[in-house]
Amino acid sequence: MNKIGLIIWREFITRVRKPSFLIMTILGPLLIAGTMVLLVYLGLQESDDQLVLVVDGPGIVTGKLKDGEKLTFFYTDSAITDSAFKAGPYTVMVDVNEAILENNAIQLFYKDLPSLNVQRTIQAELERTIEREKLRVNNVDPDTYARIKTALKVQLFDIDKGGEESYEQILAGVGFGFGYFMFFFVFLYAVQVMRGVMEEKTNRIVEVLISSVKPFQLMMGKIIGIALVGLAQFMIWIALTATLITIGTAVLMKDRFDPKEVLAQGQMTEEMRAQLQEQVPATEMDEDIVREVMKRINVPLLLSMFVFYFLGGYLLYSSMFAAVGSAVDSETDTQQFMFPVTLPMIIAIFIAQMAITNPNSPLVFWGSIIPFTSPVVMMVRVAMGSVLESPWQLVLSMILLVGTFIFTTWLAGRIYRTGILMYGKKVSWREMGRWLFYRG
Amino acid sequence: MLRCEHIVKRYGAHTALDNVSLEVPAGMVFGLLGPNGAGKTSLIRVITRITGPDEGRVLLDGHPMTDADVAQLGYLPEERGLYKKMKVGEQAVYLARLKGMRKSEAIKQLKEWFERWEMMAWWNKKVEELSKGMAQKVQFVTTVLHKPRLLILDEPFSGFDPINAELVRQEILRMRAEGTTVMLSTHNMGSVEELCDHIALIDRSRKVLDGRVRDIRRQYATNTYRIEYKGPQVAFANALSFTGELLDVQNGEDMSVARVRIAKDGTLNQVLKQVLTAVEVRGVHEEIPSMHDVFIRAVGDNDPANVKADMTD
Repeated sequence: MNKIGLIIWREFITRVRKPSFLIMTILGPLLIAGTMVLLVYLGLQESDDQLVLVVDGPGIVTGKLKDGEKLTFFYTDSAITDSAFKAGPYTVMVDVNEAILENNAIQLFYKDLPSLNVQRTIQAELERTIEREKLRVNNVDPDTYARIKTALKVQLFDIDKGGEESYEQILAGVGFGFGYFMFFFVFLYAVQVMRGVMEEKTNRIVEVLISSVKPFQLMMGKIIGIALVGLAQFMIWIALTATLITIGTAVLMKDRFDPKEVLAQGQMTEEMRAQLQEQVPATEMDEDIVREVMKRINVPLLLSMFVFYFLGGYLLYSSMFAAVGSAVDSETDTQQFMFPVTLPMIIAIFIAQMAITNPNSPLVFWGSIIPFTSPVVMMVRVAMGSVLESPWQLVLSMILLVGTFIFTTWLAGRIYRTGILMYGKKVSWREMGRWLFYRG
Repeated sequence: MLRCEHIVKRYGAHTALDNVSLEVPAGMVFGLLGPNGAGKTSLIRVITRITGPDEGRVLLDGHPMTDADVAQLGYLPEERGLYKKMKVGEQAVYLARLKGMRKSEAIKQLKEWFERWEMMAWWNKKVEELSKGMAQKVQFVTTVLHKPRLLILDEPFSGFDPINAELVRQEILRMRAEGTTVMLSTHNMGSVEELCDHIALIDRSRKVLDGRVRDIRRQYATNTYRIEYKGPQVAFANALSFTGELLDVQNGEDMSVARVRIAKDGTLNQVLKQVLTAVEVRGVHEEIPSMHDVFIRAVGDNDPANVKADMTD
């Protein structure tokens, strides 16, 4: 084995053998799967009984609202004071005013904010009842009204995609999920590189090592070794999470859900989960969306791009973190350098978030090209498939990322080789800049 | 064996090494001396190829050094340490393999060393479980394990108790006997006198002294003698008259010891001729300065403040 291979091996094996790796690797999926299963489960359950007091002065809705599973309506014709409400057993108070038929406004008071589900049920019940009252007042036959009433379902089509219905927003949401995961992963491991460099420096083993290997080999060995740890952990997580979600949902919700569908949902993002919570229980419409979304996402492309941009982004950032680690003597000194290094990635998350609502803005375009933000932002565009219309953008972004990480690694290497030998010195940005020009 | 030619190393505006040349003969213990911050570590880092010189070159056996030659070096830095969380044996094997040793060979050699220094029980311990002295022993073994032809030791005795320091000293002498060239950087002048055949002294980024220890000490001799005599001190002092200067006298029970610096144009014979008439001389020894004195004088002479003072005299 050559020297850099030895270093990679050591970085990999010492981390993988650590108890914390095992714990994270096992607990990670447990936590993720647990949270997902719990979220799905909770989404289907109303936590507390809601006792809704309807203050109905005009007597329009009294006795006409249908109770829900954990939702009971009570009625009174005279307003109660705030303190009486606070002291009383009711969780929500709805004030139906005299002019309700004209102004269509209702006030809802609560002790603890009721879930969206509860709000929506109350609203729907009131709307239904008040509507009926209006029909009666206006002498309109309910059957006639039902025929007249129009609920439009708007379907979105992207003309460039052969008239297929588009799910751009949801696709962007999926992409954002991947982008966020990317952000998290790049940082998790880049910080490990920084810690590793600092460990070698504070242990004072670094000068021993670089009398055998070049500083650049040492730095690259560490970066690559930790990348392998990341990939290994990632693989185990995917396998374990998938297994656990399948088992978990099968056990918890076997009478409610087809586990396969929940699994598909689980792999999606917040968007999808919100969708899931909205529909109780799952409807055919839901399954349709999942199927349609899965059909539109180029999964192999998305996953391979995820791995590519993870490696590219990780190499870009970890080399900068290695330079920071080499320049400082203790964790507390890292703060001033960490912020500027972290900033571009945080901006990337904002741009990616924007991409959900406005995927075709110039900001998103540039964000997906510029290497410091592209690993996160490009995920959105790959998931949406919009980047495939002009593949040169993807290729340009990839080439720029590779070029930039080669450059930052080279730059970081120059700071690193000087930094690791500077003990007990507070370093400034200017000082680090000067190191770039020292002769190796 | 090792030759440094006109080495210049700058860090920004600071010049750490200013045209330093020296030659380390093969099979010797070579002392690299100098006050803190003089440039010793910078020079060692240039020799070990940790940093490159701005000017000048380093030759090993007459050819310019390359990265491949690093395997022939063993370097124990002053700022040294080991991975705290790693096991002793595994770590030693790792460091040996980084030097290009094969795994099986590294293990075999390590076992020999560990047996000899009675460290076998530490093999599976983590470094953080060892005492500082124990860790230093492991560190020393990992430095010399690959049988380097040139061994560079920076303050090798720090962190060792006298017993272990002696152990290390014996190893250094043994390796020299086996043909290893040793470069020793230390502030411990006692060990320089004991171990070094040849020294170079660096001060303020420049080499100010270079040569065999014996020659240098003689060179710094001040023509001072210790004369043991029996007789009255006044008579002794008078007898010296202009041939020598009496520095101090210690009066013992039956004998006195006087330190005498002989005048510039005088000789020991002239002094003795005078003194013999006054007192009974029991013994005469030349005072050779210790490396400690040489060090202080050489560095003091090189101080720009002193040089300036000389000029105004």
